[in-house]
Amino acid sequence: MSLEQEFELLKRVPFFADIEPAKLKLLAFLSERVAFDPGRPLMRQGDAADAAYVLIDGEAEVIAETPEGPVTLATLGENEVVGEIAILCDVPRTATVRAKSRVVALRISKESFMHMIREFPNMAVSIMCELARRLELTNQQLRAAVSELKRASKAAAPSS
Amino acid sequence: MVSRAVEAPRSQRPRPRLRDFFPLRKGSGRAGEPPVKPAADANALEPTIYRFILKYSLPQQLTLLALTVVSFPFLYYSIDLPKLIINKAISGHDFPQSLLGLDLGQTEYLMALCFIFLFLVLINGGFKYLVNRFKNQVGERMLRRFRYRLYERMLHFQVSRFHQTSSAQIIPMITSECEELGNFIGEAVVTPAFQGGTLLTIILFMFMQNPVLGAAAVALYPLQGYVTPRLQRRINRLRRNRVRAIREVADRVQESSSGIVDILSNDMAKLQLTGFAHLMGRIYDIRFEIDRRKYFIKFLNNFIAQLTPFFFFSIGGYLVITERLSLGALVAVLAAYKDMSPPWRELLNFYQVKESSRIKYEQIIEQFEPDRVISPRLLEEPEKVEPLAGDLVATNLSLVEDDRTRIVDSVSFGIPLASHTAIIGQGNSGKDELAQLLAGLIEPTSGRITIGGVDLSKLPPATRGRRIGYVGATPYLFAGSLHDNFLLALRHRPLRPAEYEPAAERRRESELNEARKAGNIDFDIAADWADYQSAGVVDEKELLARLAEVLDRLDFAEDVYGFGLRSRLDPERNPEAAAGFLKARKSLAARLLAEGITGLVETFDPERYNKNASLAENLLFGSPIGPAFDYDALSSNSYVEHVLAEVGLADDLIEAGRKVAATMIELFADLPAGHEFFERYGFIGADELPEYAAILARVGKAGPQGLAKADRTRLLSLPFKVVAARHRFDFLDEALQKRVIAARGVFRAELPSEAQGQIAFFDPERYHAAASVQDNILFGKIAYGEAEAPARIPKVLKEVIDALGLRPKVIEVGLDTEVGSGGARLSLAQRQKAAIARAVLKRPDYLVLNEATSALDGPAQAAVMRGLIEEFRGKGLFWALHRASLARNFDRVLVMSNGKLQEEGLASELDRKGSLMALLLAAD
Repeated sequence: MSLEQEFELLKRVPFFADIEPAKLKLLAFLSERVAFDPGRPLMRQGDAADAAYVLIDGEAEVIAETPEGPVTLATLGENEVVGEIAILCDVPRTATVRAKSRVVALRISKESFMHMIREFPNMAVSIMCELARRLELTNQQLRAAVSELKRASKAAAPSS
Repeated sequence: MVSRAVEAPRSQRPRPRLRDFFPLRKGSGRAGEPPVKPAADANALEPTIYRFILKYSLPQQLTLLALTVVSFPFLYYSIDLPKLIINKAISGHDFPQSLLGLDLGQTEYLMALCFIFLFLVLINGGFKYLVNRFKNQVGERMLRRFRYRLYERMLHFQVSRFHQTSSAQIIPMITSECEELGNFIGEAVVTPAFQGGTLLTIILFMFMQNPVLGAAAVALYPLQGYVTPRLQRRINRLRRNRVRAIREVADRVQESSSGIVDILSNDMAKLQLTGFAHLMGRIYDIRFEIDRRKYFIKFLNNFIAQLTPFFFFSIGGYLVITERLSLGALVAVLAAYKDMSPPWRELLNFYQVKESSRIKYEQIIEQFEPDRVISPRLLEEPEKVEPLAGDLVATNLSLVEDDRTRIVDSVSFGIPLASHTAIIGQGNSGKDELAQLLAGLIEPTSGRITIGGVDLSKLPPATRGRRIGYVGATPYLFAGSLHDNFLLALRHRPLRPAEYEPAAERRRESELNEARKAGNIDFDIAADWADYQSAGVVDEKELLARLAEVLDRLDFAEDVYGFGLRSRLDPERNPEAAAGFLKARKSLAARLLAEGITGLVETFDPERYNKNASLAENLLFGSPIGPAFDYDALSSNSYVEHVLAEVGLADDLIEAGRKVAATMIELFADLPAGHEFFERYGFIGADELPEYAAILARVGKAGPQGLAKADRTRLLSLPFKVVAARHRFDFLDEALQKRVIAARGVFRAELPSEAQGQIAFFDPERYHAAASVQDNILFGKIAYGEAEAPARIPKVLKEVIDALGLRPKVIEVGLDTEVGSGGARLSLAQRQKAAIARAVLKRPDYLVLNEATSALDGPAQAAVMRGLIEEFRGKGLFWALHRASLARNFDRVLVMSNGKLQEEGLASELDRKGSLMALLLAAD
């Protein structure tokens, strides 16, 4: 896959939708193409974050390591971005991401990513939107989970 | 408030003194023992340069003198002959003249005399040549001897001496400062004799012509003889100051170069420069003053020399007028006086050189004074080096510094030598010095250490150096390979002579002879010095096995293995290893295939384009050896140009270069110039961008064909750097790759024979001397973009190497790693491990470690300690530790505090409430 093709591909990623083409091309150039065999981790929960990935091909699972064992949170596919949160705010990886099939991804190093954000405020805005959307999604899930929990405890109360 | 009011004013109170806290024991050392006096220094340098000259070159100087004396008659005749030729042969009348029993006519007589003159000229020249050569030889030999003596004395310095004097002062003393002494030594006797003799002859001649005029000629000599030394004395003093100032410069330069980081980090540059400028000012003043005085002496002497003719003309003229002297005699005296001034000038010159050399000599040797030198037995070779055994007993051991600080204070203990002892204490507790005392590196001020009843300080230094090991915290490695450094501990004296061809043998013999004449040591550096026996092995091969064992014990094997992988091996020097690594190459390929991970390494294949290598590497398909095919210079290489033109690739690659340049300009144009991306990702530096933009503009106008050669070269250089898998430019498609392979074939087939040596081609069946061991086994490139590769490949590589039993071979290659000057290429931790390995290798009866593992991390330190305790089972181990908790692994612990042995015993016994050991443990 050539640089041009990767550039075309990045254009289709919603995350980068608002970035002007020349800058996106630079991002494509700065990034590195990496392949992962099925079962191999792209990143491990708790590790220091050094890069974000854009999935080009294949599927990957996002897994939270909990005391009760691993919980699959989501499955990612083509054109999705993963690992950007941790490099934004310098926290360890919050989840493990493992290749489900053979995954080809563009690895964008922390420096490149931060450079793009600093240079192009539009990108920062789109990241904010994305984060807000995810927060909203999480809130919904939380509300659903809380009401589920209440219902369950009510159902359990009369029997005891 | 009240209590403070009654207190005496601070200044009137008796000041607390150190002694109040640490009362000195009366009569330190044993009672009645006289203070240790340095023994008469048999090896001391002669106090003056003339003593040095007479002691070592008297016969030579006498020979020189004799040669000069013998040459005098010939010189005299050659001066006398012209007179004869003019008076008798040219303007003479009584012919025939008889010469050597022959009667000759005027012409024959003239010719005969002329040939005699020619002959005398030859003889005189010959004598002069002979004397000069001999003078030079004597001077050089003496200079060699003097330098050798200085260096020898430096080796005898006490260890502490090196803390006081910087090497920056010693270096010029042995190198440049004594340089002029050699010249002087050659002249020292013969010049005053010759010039003085000449002068005396002329004076004698004058007195014979006329005593009054003779007296006039020398009348001012006493004045000169009186004034000159007085003026010279002042110059001498200035010269001494100059040497001191120059030494200060050397010190300062060394200080600044070692302290450069601190100078920069504290913005001290201006202060340093100002200090330096002051020093320069001082030197300027001194030099200016010296020259001023020198010119004054010259002026005075010239004036006096011109004054003498005044006497001749006035007194001589008066004598002629009053007819008490013939005019001819006056003319003769005037002529003789003209001959008189060169030797007189030479003598005055010689006097100045002599004074300068005398001072130099004295100033040099005062730095090599006897009281700073250890026992003169350093070079003594004992009949037999006996192993040390029995109990190590320290009795009242004290070390007192010049300022009477007791660094080690009456320490006594007794320990079976074959046991393991930890020495702990705080920074200045004296444990450091105790360790050095135990190793016999410094001598106690009083008290002693005996081993099996033998006084350590009475042992020959050779025995101590071979039977005792010592490693300090900042050990020194010598420039050379690791292997050389390990061997140093076994090389005490030449054991097996080197083999020489007859011609070389003769040369060697004469070199040796010369060395002896200059009082130098006459060992052969080329001989085999390695004392395998002392390492407990019989030859180099066993030594390597033993080394591997030691490295393993000291947790150093892995480092050396890493060096080995990254080093190059000369397959001709070690064909066995090369063959092994070739086998590993095959084995690794099979492993990659079996595990289904061939994608992680892209192997070099003569028929295929390697996407993980640059285009340049693909074209050459080998490693450049000289600068001709250096990857960066490839685009301007005319042979490469020729090959590209032949396969019709040149224009396409220039077009590719244009595309790369265009992309780079598009991507990087907006970045600020210093941005790190240029360095990390760019083919083009920030400063080159505009130049390439200009080239692109020219391509737009003239087309690629119309480009100037320089522009073509620059464009061509870009695609050469492109790595297909990494940079992903689409011009580098399969079709172009195929053509590069075609060009590869042409490049190799047509390579001119004189360029054959400039490149080492990749060959799957052959070991590649220009690449590292690791690259030879991989024989390819680790693939870009395979997330697993960086972790997995080294692991597989290691497994393959272990499976084939090649690990020792890799370590062997690693041992050839150059450590750099002072071991600078190794980390401090590696240097420490290497130094311990060196000390272990010689199998000492006991090893003293002085915070020798301070740079190691916890696990490495524990591993080294385990290894050493194992290695020294049944032998002695003393370890001054920087952490008290490590003492638990030892048979016995000595706890030092303020120079005193505070506690002694088992670690478990000592660790009780209130003990110093417990305190130290708590502080850990």
